[in-house]
Amino acid sequence: MMNKKNKAFISCDEANHSCDKSQYNEATFWEKFKLNIHLLYCRACRKYSINNSKLSKIINDSDVDCLDLKDKQEMKDCFEKELKKRQQKP
Amino acid sequence: MPNHQIDPNKWIDLYSDYLFNYTITRVRDRDTAQDLVQDTFFAGLKSMKNFKGEASERTWLISILKRKIIDHYRKINSKKGKAEVRINYNSDSEDEGNWLEERVADPFDKTAEDNLENTELGLAIHNCIGKLPEKQAQVFKMKTILDYETEAICNELDITASNLWVIIHRARTTIAACLEKNWF
Repeated sequence: MMNKKNKAFISCDEANHSCDKSQYNEATFWEKFKLNIHLLYCRACRKYSINNSKLSKIINDSDVDCLDLKDKQEMKDCFEKELKKRQQKP
Repeated sequence: MPNHQIDPNKWIDLYSDYLFNYTITRVRDRDTAQDLVQDTFFAGLKSMKNFKGEASERTWLISILKRKIIDHYRKINSKKGKAEVRINYNSDSEDEGNWLEERVADPFDKTAEDNLENTELGLAIHNCIGKLPEKQAQVFKMKTILDYETEAICNELDITASNLWVIIHRARTTIAACLEKNWF
């Protein structure tokens, strides 16, 4: 009985971990279940959870974009070549 | 005495994503945007001695980028149909000719104000990401913006999954706090 109870109640660290995971849809059903149990009685995690979803929503709504790693590396290589050329000249 | 120093060695790491985001909201094409950003860095390098240090490096680069974007639109306009103002709704050539359909108002579409706000929000997010330590910024961008799989990031950066989640957690807390302060 005790063992089961321990499994259903998780620490705040674990709750935050599940919460982060669920922002990327990577939390399992059991993790989400335990998270929701935890949120019932933990105000701090409830606040974190709300803020976290808000952040996800904002990032999804904004058209934020950034360079792919490969493209960035390409750009960097190209730029560094040019930079070297310039530093040798004078 | 100039207030701001110029150091091109760090440009790509520091500003490429910010400039790219700025461009992509204006030209709507990844390849073009990338080229423009690249051109901007080269132009910046060439005219480094004109940098007076009155503005920050990033502001200075943005001002070059703005000229590049204007030039880009001038160029595509002069090539095709000289005096005709061309509006490209999307660059896919297969959709050409669907003018009427494209012009019907979509009630669920975002308004111009929404778009403007989102553009600014995107830049605000990049501002906040820029304040993170490099590793956190990189992981956060890969995970959240580029939507990489957890495993792919772990392999690429040689970290464990739990390591990744800790980094993500820290990054999210910092960014949430930063946006809270600067955006809402």
